[in-house]
Amino acid sequence: MGPKASTSDPQKAQPAAPEDVRRALEAHGYLADEGLATAVFLAMVLQRPLFLEGEPGGGKTEVANALSRWTGGELVRLQCYEGIDVSQAVYEWDFSRQLLHLRAAELGQGGRDGSGGLRAAEDELFSERFLVRRPLLRAIADSSGIVAPPVLIIDEVDRADDEFEAFLLEILADYSVTVPELGTFRAAEPPLVVLTSNRTRDVHDALKRRCLYHWVEHPDFEREVAIVRLKAPEVGERLARQVTAAVQAIRGMGLYKAPGVAETIDWAHALAALGSSSLDETIVARTLGSVLKYREDVERVLGSDLGALVGDAGLRG
Amino acid sequence: MAEGAESSTRLLVAFARALRGAGLIVPVDSVVHYLRAVEALGIDRRDPVYWAGRTVLVHRHEDAGIYDRTFDAFWWGRTPWPELPVETAELSRNEELDGLGVGPAVPTDAPAPPVTRVSYSAQERLRYKDFASCTPQELDEIARLMRDVRLRALRRSRRMRRSTRNHGRHDARSTVRRSLRTGGEVVRLVRREPKSRPRRIVLLCDVSGSMEPYSRMLLRFLHVAVVGHGRVEAFAVGTRLTRLTRQLSSRDPDAALASAAAEVLDWSGGTRLGEGIGTFNDRFGMPGMARGAVVVVLSDGWDRGDPARLAEEMARLHRAAYRTVWVNPLKASEGYQPLARGMAAALPHVDQFVEGHSAASLEALVHVIAQ
Repeated sequence: MGPKASTSDPQKAQPAAPEDVRRALEAHGYLADEGLATAVFLAMVLQRPLFLEGEPGGGKTEVANALSRWTGGELVRLQCYEGIDVSQAVYEWDFSRQLLHLRAAELGQGGRDGSGGLRAAEDELFSERFLVRRPLLRAIADSSGIVAPPVLIIDEVDRADDEFEAFLLEILADYSVTVPELGTFRAAEPPLVVLTSNRTRDVHDALKRRCLYHWVEHPDFEREVAIVRLKAPEVGERLARQVTAAVQAIRGMGLYKAPGVAETIDWAHALAALGSSSLDETIVARTLGSVLKYREDVERVLGSDLGALVGDAGLRG
Repeated sequence: MAEGAESSTRLLVAFARALRGAGLIVPVDSVVHYLRAVEALGIDRRDPVYWAGRTVLVHRHEDAGIYDRTFDAFWWGRTPWPELPVETAELSRNEELDGLGVGPAVPTDAPAPPVTRVSYSAQERLRYKDFASCTPQELDEIARLMRDVRLRALRRSRRMRRSTRNHGRHDARSTVRRSLRTGGEVVRLVRREPKSRPRRIVLLCDVSGSMEPYSRMLLRFLHVAVVGHGRVEAFAVGTRLTRLTRQLSSRDPDAALASAAAEVLDWSGGTRLGEGIGTFNDRFGMPGMARGAVVVVLSDGWDRGDPARLAEEMARLHRAAYRTVWVNPLKASEGYQPLARGMAAALPHVDQFVEGHSAASLEALVHVIAQ
């Protein structure tokens, strides 16, 4: 078992070990820890959906983006929301075009052999020409010039209603969709499926059991510094370390909404845009809004010992 | 795993059984996937075997702790004790547990990052409440009165459905689709209007010592509420927060109440409402459960915690929820004034303050929730 997965050959992104996954994702801008790399590896090898849960801003969606860049499979994104239904998620018929088609056929047939042509036009109505493919169908049945199976991200599945969940369960079970008028579409090669949830409610166990499950943790200090450096290249090493140290300290303060990795990156960007190369109390107070999104949280941090926060961060910078 | 394949298969299956014994739900097909996963990863190192199971056999973050302990116990025999599979959110981060005389917080190896586990001193009365010991007449009475109680709170939803009354917005797609039946002639306009959906109802029931005369009945109420409505969440609050929705969703009242009673470890102990509601806010409420919901707190307002904290958490809850209702069994008694510190602190953040001492008052509560 050698590390033979290569980034240069996107057609065959078939890793031999989790380490290959970790390296390939790193090459495509995502720093995964061992647990996540193993989960992604197993999802690819066992061809099962990957269910990611964790705090918002932890990089769950980004996993799918990096996977798509790596494998070369098209990224198909389905953002869930309350009230989402089959016509927005799977397919619907383009009714206005169908109507126009029928009208055109009527006109064209006008004087000639009467109903035969019209019937043919009617039969055409429910053909793939008039089928509007929504994300789930695209991920399963888009075989046009396929390089690699698509990467399907079903984002924030906890926002959808439970009926939709049951429907997903059905699709993910055998990667096929049935359109009554046309027949069954089946994926030649199953897409790589990533589901994310922020846990606003418990997703049904039956759906989770169908998936591989991974809880995305906040990264440790060194990994988070590396992520900041990767995502915000204009930020110097020293500032990146200080910002990360400060955010990790803020996370420990018991706030309403602890900042995620996305906020660390935002803050680093903001500080770099203001031209600072290290943290001090004034600049922290001025830019805290890019890290904390609740007034109470900002007040609590401002009310704490900012000097100590900056001082401790300075020690790690 | 070529030669020892059979024995390692046996070992892995035995591990899955051990997880079941520790309380995880491990269906057979998951075991099959686990075997395939370990085969893909190799069994010769600890971490791949660990992560294979974490990914394939664990489906809830709360179960990670049980998995970790069972893993260690099974493969190395280090951790001696299996823990009950409680879905419990521990209160308190690092704040000192004053007032109750509880010792300093001892963090264990709990995996959830924002919450630190807290060990409970002997002063918290960990009790497994047995409903069989209640007077049967009392239980029968309540059960009969409350059996048909159904909680409902409607709201308009974004999801639209076809209007039968020719109201609402014009739906071009359906109009065109319908016109196909009549050869492309539009005979009737189709309109859509919002459909009403039930709001989520969250019940937070105080199970502390001072509530003891009422908590049995209130728990029955929680049970009929959870069973009768698809979007009710139930929690018990004492010195910590326990989610009871799953336990109470069994149709059989005796089974549901017994498993709920077994789940609540701090039955008739102290009250720390501020922290309990804070934990609810952090773990469930703010991520979404409280948003747009009717949140009902059932408590007498006698609180051993910091009233400022309770006020702060109630304010937060009030901002996220559609409506907050406080049910206080003491309110019915003559000359009652909300003087208990906790009650006084919470009251400004409560939309409706009602009594809840009798079956009749609980029926009235149903109407308050439905408003």
